[in-house]
Amino acid sequence: MRSQIEGSRAVAQTVARCRPEVVCAYPISPQTHIVEALSVLVASGELAPCEFVNVESEFGAMSVAIGASATGARAYTATASQGLLYMAEALYNASGLGLPIVMTVANRAIGAPINIWNDHSDAMSQRDSGWIQLYAESNQEAADLHVQAFRIAEELSLPVMVCMDGFVLTHAVEGIDVPSQEQVEAFLPPFEPRQVLDPDAPITIGAMVGPEAFTEVRYLAHEKHRRALEVIPRVADDFARTFWRSSGGLVHSYGCLGAETIVVALGSVLGTVKDTVDELRAEGVSIGVLGVTSFRPFPSDAVRARLRGARRVVVLERALAVGMGGIVSGDVRESVPGTPISTVVAGLGGRPVTKKSLRALFTDAVADRLEPLTFLDLKRDVVERELGRTS
Amino acid sequence: MPVQRIKFYQTGSFAVGNRLLDPDQRSVQADTARTNSLTKGHRACQGCGEALGARYVLDAVMRATGNRAVTVNATGCLEVFSTPFPESSWRVPWLHSLFGNAPAVATGVAAALRAKGRTDVRVVGQGGDGGTVDIGLACLSGMFERNDDVLYICYDNGGYMNTGVQRSGATPHGAVTTTTPAGNSFGQGKSLPLIAMAHRIPYVATATVADLRDLEYKATRAMEFRGARYLHVLVPCPLGWRTGSGETIQVARLAVETGVFPVFEAVDGEVTDATRIRRLRPVEDYLRPQGRFAHLFGDTPRDDVISRIQAEADRNIRTFGLTEPDEVS
Ligand SMILES: Cc1ncc(C[n+]2csc(CCOP(=O)(O)OP(=O)(O)O)c2C)c(N)n1
Ligand code: SF4
Repeated sequence: MRSQIEGSRAVAQTVARCRPEVVCAYPISPQTHIVEALSVLVASGELAPCEFVNVESEFGAMSVAIGASATGARAYTATASQGLLYMAEALYNASGLGLPIVMTVANRAIGAPINIWNDHSDAMSQRDSGWIQLYAESNQEAADLHVQAFRIAEELSLPVMVCMDGFVLTHAVEGIDVPSQEQVEAFLPPFEPRQVLDPDAPITIGAMVGPEAFTEVRYLAHEKHRRALEVIPRVADDFARTFWRSSGGLVHSYGCLGAETIVVALGSVLGTVKDTVDELRAEGVSIGVLGVTSFRPFPSDAVRARLRGARRVVVLERALAVGMGGIVSGDVRESVPGTPISTVVAGLGGRPVTKKSLRALFTDAVADRLEPLTFLDLKRDVVERELGRTS
Repeated sequence: MPVQRIKFYQTGSFAVGNRLLDPDQRSVQADTARTNSLTKGHRACQGCGEALGARYVLDAVMRATGNRAVTVNATGCLEVFSTPFPESSWRVPWLHSLFGNAPAVATGVAAALRAKGRTDVRVVGQGGDGGTVDIGLACLSGMFERNDDVLYICYDNGGYMNTGVQRSGATPHGAVTTTTPAGNSFGQGKSLPLIAMAHRIPYVATATVADLRDLEYKATRAMEFRGARYLHVLVPCPLGWRTGSGETIQVARLAVETGVFPVFEAVDGEVTDATRIRRLRPVEDYLRPQGRFAHLFGDTPRDDVISRIQAEADRNIRTFGLTEPDEVS
């Protein structure tokens, strides 16, 4: 049923309908509303049986999720920014042990300087952690992706991160169709773990692995991600059939067919990008948009298929690979070798990405005036003054 | 079945097993039906106190729970020597995650079991002193404070042994380690049993591998409680302590008999029992056999360090009443 609801609450309700048995998280903006709402659902008995564990840190939160998942419970947590980094060591463990934990990352910049606003630096810093990373474009998609995340995670025995832009999505109130209990049950089968800690069938999980087998273990992790490239779109198709709306998948193309210029982006900025592109197209500019939902695994084939024929590609990045430039750009370049690619770093630490700036940017791109690396709306006078002082 | 405490010290023997006792009072290790939780083939050094301690504790836990326990292990010697893939010495369900998160992972296991309504399966977390008193302390404190139904066991060998004998927060004053080559001048080492007691958890106990019946008793007793429980076991490490591999038990006993390591139990944060010292010895008797204290007795003897360690032992003796006669009841 469609209701006016905050993104965080919609996610919390959706997660609750996925019936996690252990929920834990440590407060950090802009994720906090999600676990607050879940704690209320557990306390009221609406979400039962479920253990809500108040942990002492994000490191503890991921660790509790690891223990719970290894015991065969559906486990969920949420975090953002510094919290995600504080979990980093345990993130590699969750994926290395093949534990299908689902986590919401309410994307937020990483300090210093401390900044609570949105960009993708947090999740992208964990790019190689072995977690699947799905990026939501809207709050509807954020809710829907969580239902799919549990299925994907459990089918592959891999952890999944659902990334939703902090504040822009988490704190926005809008009309959302929160998946109903019946719908979720029709779509998400009960969790059947691959292997569990069980006194009736004792096993050793997490043995020490030396050089004779470590490469094989990592190869298998890689192979699972390749397999995820088939599972993610299949789950999205099933979702569409059950819920009568499409959501998820690997990529979303928006007027890519035949477009000379294609803008690649992730997350909520896609809305503004599409609006801007609509205007330009109305003026006769040949431009399209490719939204990437699955950042890990990176869907190179799907990206190549959509970008084929484009004369140039602009990748809009909400994070910075310091000393290099773009993070997603590298993956896109790998997918379409030979196609000119410009990297645009935009909206760091919550800097608004406006239609006005995008319009100017795309106009430059179409006229082949765009530098290979651009920082959108960078205050040149400020940085030049500072550079002059330090050089 | 509740376990009755058996005091053996009047016999002068700490030997395991006693066929004159009723079967349920015999040592777990004397029982042919024991689990062998940590079985042969592991790669611990000869004379490793930790391997010995872990086996006794887990077999006792398994007996107390009717073989229904799950273990979670921090990084450290115990994990490394027992699970060289594709082999494993564990015959109990066992999970390793990280160095600093064993208590939280154990919490997760306990939470999952609770959610599934499985009250029959119990959870044991374990790690070395480094994993417990240093890097894992926040997770452990959180687990205590929430009173999660977990027994956590610290095998205290007084250092980071797995990485080559570096100083940990539990390394005693004056000891040489590879990061305190001249002997450390820090405090006495963190007393995690006292920190645990400050959380007012249901049960805290200390034990050593010198008194294996007592160790079994405490592991068994711990399983009679629900909620957070903590067992701190002194486990000499021949490599780090620079003792002979045949001296493990002896040196652990000397730690007790000098008052350096008080053996006691505490319920809800109050000390309820302490093992009395029958023949009190000066700390020198404990320090001398250990290479890690050799510099105290070298060309320039460090009487100042020795007397400081003695003062700490004296304080333990006073605090826990270690030389007071046993109450007759
Ligand atoms: C985060 C992290 N830091 C450091 C290490 C390296 N490390 C592995 S085992 C260990 C020491 C273990 O010491 P302790 O917990 O006392 O156990 P012991 O080996 O003495 O039984 C260290 C420092 C690690 N594995 N993880
Ligand atoms: S280094 Fe010490 S604790 Fe580690 S296996 Fe050897 S004796 Fe045991």
